[in-house]
Amino acid sequence: MNVKAIAVQDLRKRFGEVTALDGVDFDVERGTVFGLLGPNGAGKTTAVRVLATVLRPDGGHAEVLGRDVVREADAVRRRIGLAGQNAAVDPNLTGRENLRMVGVLGQMRRTEVMPRADELLRRFSLTEAADRPLRTYSGGMRRRLDVAASLMPRPPVLFLDEPTTGLDLPSREELWDMIRELVSDGTTVLLTTQYLEEADRLAHRIAVVDGGKVIANDTPARLKAQMGGTVVEMALPGDGLADRAMGLLAEHVPGRVEREGNTVRVTSDGGARVLWEILRALDGVDLEPDSLTVREPSIDDVFLALTGHHATTDGTDPQVPAVGEREGAAR
Amino acid sequence: MSSTIAIPIPLPDVRDHRIPLGVVRDTVEITRRNLIGYLRVPQLLVFSTIQPVIFVVMFRYVFGGAIKVPGEVEYVDFLMPGIFVQTVVFGAIATAVGLAADLQSGLMERFHALPMARSAVLTGRTTADLSRNVFVVILMMVVGFLVGWRVHTNVWGLLGAGLLVLVFGYAMSWVFATLGLAVGDPEAAQAAAVPVLAPLVFASSAFVPVSTMPGWLQAFANHQPVSATATAVRALTLGGGTASDIWPAIFWCAAILVVSAPLAVWLYRRQA
Repeated sequence: MNVKAIAVQDLRKRFGEVTALDGVDFDVERGTVFGLLGPNGAGKTTAVRVLATVLRPDGGHAEVLGRDVVREADAVRRRIGLAGQNAAVDPNLTGRENLRMVGVLGQMRRTEVMPRADELLRRFSLTEAADRPLRTYSGGMRRRLDVAASLMPRPPVLFLDEPTTGLDLPSREELWDMIRELVSDGTTVLLTTQYLEEADRLAHRIAVVDGGKVIANDTPARLKAQMGGTVVEMALPGDGLADRAMGLLAEHVPGRVEREGNTVRVTSDGGARVLWEILRALDGVDLEPDSLTVREPSIDDVFLALTGHHATTDGTDPQVPAVGEREGAAR
Repeated sequence: MSSTIAIPIPLPDVRDHRIPLGVVRDTVEITRRNLIGYLRVPQLLVFSTIQPVIFVVMFRYVFGGAIKVPGEVEYVDFLMPGIFVQTVVFGAIATAVGLAADLQSGLMERFHALPMARSAVLTGRTTADLSRNVFVVILMMVVGFLVGWRVHTNVWGLLGAGLLVLVFGYAMSWVFATLGLAVGDPEAAQAAAVPVLAPLVFASSAFVPVSTMPGWLQAFANHQPVSATATAVRALTLGGGTASDIWPAIFWCAAILVVSAPLAVWLYRRQA
């Protein structure tokens, strides 16, 4: 029998008036990375908290390695690690003391705790800072220690809730490498993220979550093929001209063409050739855009493609996370 | 990145049995962690040690001349038991603040996801605060002796008095564990505690004899846990007391524990 690392059926959770999970289903195969992709408030964190036995679901069923997260919570806790935006570390303890505490409370054998802590400190380049209290750590160091702590008891299933939010690019790349390494050793990783790029680069499968529901569940390649590989956005001087450009492009250019105000957006998987065709079509009728941008699809494009509405993030551009965004909460 | 898994991976080997005395091990670990916090945050230690010492010296020398207590008792001998009780009551606020801070930082979330004993987060917190009180009570006794406090009974009376103060402080810790979990914000927990504690401590026999208060206040002051504990500690250190001076304090400690400990545990589990 092939036991799934994670099996979720019709999971439901309400907080008063707010429905955080509205019947979520997905399975995660062992030894893979599964990405939960969605904007703030989509239900990603709630799903992780239910799976990590921190929160009780109102309805539905969830198992980790065949163990029920409600009825066999203790068995589930012995199989998981949790790190990310909500799980924290003790600011008064040193890095080493934090790892020790999580190891002991994770029911590791006494003799295994300190060697494992040293090994993780080395792997996360924290050996030099190991004996300093955590409140002297930078945001990136603290996040690395948080992930290291979740790995102390060698959990076969790891939950990473927006692990790279607030990290600079090098730290992010470093963490991604670490995740790949873990998976090559057989660990299953469930990762939540607001960044399409992150899900794309790490996950074997991605579930797109919106309003407490999974609205797509596929491999990154197929998801991207579905939404097109290149987005060309152009602003035209006035709505009338934008209308005209839209009609023209819909006729001559392969891909999806949308208009929002005086901005026209072409999403296609035609690559650079599409840009050329757009320019030729516009030039043919002497339409000159005020501006023109070529980019990879963002999470907002995925949402637009899948739901027909924009991802309702908190107004910050999800592609450019502010460093130290979550710092206040961790202090 | 994509791949197919052809060979079924064997299920990971996980120990599911509980370690014998796992609760004790987890409680010791949480206690240790909280005590390290006391040592690393000087404000906490200073607040919980300097303030009681200031109270001892201030009441002894500022009010000591003005306040007369009935009988042949010296004010300092009347005062010290009151200060002990007052200190552990205010010290219990730290339990609320500590738990609320853990809730706010998200550390509680990590504890919830670990296969540790559910109760250890609370027993570890209250045990750490009890350990701090052992240190603080001994410190106050030493300072008390330096400013003229004398025990008129014997060493057993002194030990009994110390023990009673610690048990009362421990019971109050559970009250504040409940408050901290209910409020979930360290500053709010502190703000909520003081208006409740001030009348409990000052409208009691801790600093002045209840007989000097107006009748309506005496009714309250005579029937509340701070007075009961102060009276019992006086009986144990001044001598001349009877069992009826001590039983009410023991009753209060037991009653407070029986109500607040299950409430705190229920609140902690409900967070999940």
